[in-house]
Amino acid sequence: MAKQVRSHGSATNSKMMRRSIQKWAILFLVPTLASFVIGFVYPFCKGVYLSLCKFTTTEDATFIGFGNYVKAFQDASFVHAFWYTALFAVVSVVLINLFAFLIAYALTQGIRGSNIFRTAFFMPNLIGGIVLGYIWSMIFNGILSRYNTNILMETKYGFWGLIILMCWQQVGYMMIIYIAGLQAVPEDMLEAAKIDGASRAQTLFRVIIPNVMSSITVCLFLTLTNGFKLFDQNLALTAGQPYVFKEGGTVVKTTEMLALNIYSTFYGQNVHARGTAQAKAVLFFILVAGISLIQLRATRRKEVQQ
Amino acid sequence: MKKSRIGKNILTVVFTILSACWILPVLVVLMNSFKGNTFVKTATFAWPTGDMFVEWANYVKGMTFGNYPFLKSVSYSVVITILGTFLILLCTSMAAWYIIRVDSKICRICYYLFVFSMVVPFQMVMFPLAKTADTLKLNTPWTIPIVYLGFGAGMATFMLAGFVKTLPLEIEEAAEIDGCGPIRTFFIVVLPMLKPTLISVAILEIMWIWNDYLLPYLVLDRTKYMTIPIHIQYLQGSYGQVDLGAIMALIIVSIIPVIAFYLLCQKYIIKGVAAGAVKG
Repeated sequence: MAKQVRSHGSATNSKMMRRSIQKWAILFLVPTLASFVIGFVYPFCKGVYLSLCKFTTTEDATFIGFGNYVKAFQDASFVHAFWYTALFAVVSVVLINLFAFLIAYALTQGIRGSNIFRTAFFMPNLIGGIVLGYIWSMIFNGILSRYNTNILMETKYGFWGLIILMCWQQVGYMMIIYIAGLQAVPEDMLEAAKIDGASRAQTLFRVIIPNVMSSITVCLFLTLTNGFKLFDQNLALTAGQPYVFKEGGTVVKTTEMLALNIYSTFYGQNVHARGTAQAKAVLFFILVAGISLIQLRATRRKEVQQ
Repeated sequence: MKKSRIGKNILTVVFTILSACWILPVLVVLMNSFKGNTFVKTATFAWPTGDMFVEWANYVKGMTFGNYPFLKSVSYSVVITILGTFLILLCTSMAAWYIIRVDSKICRICYYLFVFSMVVPFQMVMFPLAKTADTLKLNTPWTIPIVYLGFGAGMATFMLAGFVKTLPLEIEEAAEIDGCGPIRTFFIVVLPMLKPTLISVAILEIMWIWNDYLLPYLVLDRTKYMTIPIHIQYLQGSYGQVDLGAIMALIIVSIIPVIAFYLLCQKYIIKGVAAGAVKG
C-alpha cells in the first residue's frame, strides 16, 4: 500500500517537475537554440536556396533552378577533385586502420612502456591541420631537395605526402579507439581459446576481431568521413599544386580535394562561380551525409545482433 | 613463458624506435627553428651548428613578422577557445537537460535537428554563415563564441543528452521536494553529476576550436583579428618574403602550450576521444 502511494506520488511529482522546468525554456533552451539557428539552421536553408540561384553576394540572388548543378557536374576540376578525394579516402582508410589496429594490438599485450608509446602516437592529434601541413611540407621538401625537386612538382608527391601526413596524425586517434575495444574483450573468452589450444592467429581472427567489430566500424567510418572532409592539411601542404591547364582555359588543380575545390570556387577570382560553388557544397553535403547514414545503419544492425 | 618474454622485449625495442620516429617531425621543427632561412631548405636534417645557428633570432623575428604581433594572435586564440568552450558547455548542458526532462514535441524536433547538424560539413554553410555573422557583429573574438555554440551545439547536446538519459530521476525529485526550483536543481544537483561527460565534451571542443582555421578565417574581421592557424597560414601563404626559420619558431611557440596541455590532461583527453568516438 505504502509503495503504491509512493509511486503514484512520484508520477505526479515528475509531471509537476516537468511543467516547472518547461516554464524556464527561455533560460535553458533558448540560448542554444538561438545560436543554433544563427550558426546552422539559417545558413543551411539559405545555402540550399542559394544553390538554386545566380548570385555574387547573399543579397543579389535571383532564382535560376538547377543550372548551378549542371555547371558543377560539367566542371572538370570538380570531377577530378571527387575522384582524387575518393582515392585518397580509400587508401588512407586502409593504411590508417591497419597501422592503428596493429599498434593497438601490440600495446595491449602488456609490453613494457605501453603508456609512453601510446602518449607518443597520440601526440600529433593535438596539432592543428595548418601547422601539420607546414611541418610536413618542410620535411618533404628537405628530402626532395636532394633530388632537385619539391612536393609541388608532381601529383604523386602531393598524394603520398598527404597520406603520410594523415597516417601520422590519425593513427594515434584510431589506436585509442581500438585499445578501448580490445580491452573490452572478455577475459574468459581469451582464456577459453587458450585452453582449447587455439593459436595466436586463430585467437586474433576468431575471437578478438569479432569482438571488436563495433570499434572497427566506428574507425572505418571516422577515417572515411575525415578523408572526404579534409581541408586544412590539403591547403597547407600543396594547396592543389601542381596545376594542369586544359584546352578552353580550365585549370585542374591535381592535388585539390573536394572541400578545397568548393572553397576556391567560392573565393576565387571568378565571383560569378559562387552559385556553382554552393551547388557543389550541397552535393558534397549529400555525399558526406550519405556515408554517415550508411554508418548509422551498419552500427544499428550490429547492436541488434548483440 | 621465457619465449614470450623475449618476444615482448623485442616488441618494446621496436616500439621505442617507432615512437621515436613518431615524435621526430616535431624535433626536426625544433632544430630548424634555430637555423637561418636558407639552411632550413638546403640542410633540413642537419644539426644547427656554425653558420647555420642563429640562436633566438628566429623567435625574436617571428614575434613581429608580417607586421602583426604573434602574441596578439595567441591571445585571441586563447580568448576564443576559452569563451567558446565555456559557452558551449554551459548552454548545451542546460539545453540537453531541458530536452530530455521536458520531452515535448518541440524538444524532439530540436534533438533531431541537432543530430542532423552533426553530419553537415562546414563548406555547406560557410558562405551564408560568414555573411550572417558579419551582419550580426559576431566577427570579433568576444562574439565569435556564439557562432561556435551554434555550429558545435549538435555534437555537444547529443553527447550530453545521452548522459542525462542515464541519470536517475529520483535525485532531482528529492531536490524538488526539498524546495529547489528548476534552476537550483540544475546547477546544484544535475550539473555536478554531468562532470565526466562535460570533461569529455570540453576536451573535444578545445581541440576543435584551438586548431580551427576556416571558420575564424571567414568570420573574423581579418584586418584586426587573427588566430594562430590564420597567422601561420597568412605568413606562409600570402606574405611575400617567406622566412622558414621564423615560421618554424612560431610553430614551436604554438605547439608548446598544446603539448603542455596534453601532458597535463592526458588521461581526460584519451577518455574524451574514446567517448566521443563511441557516440559520434
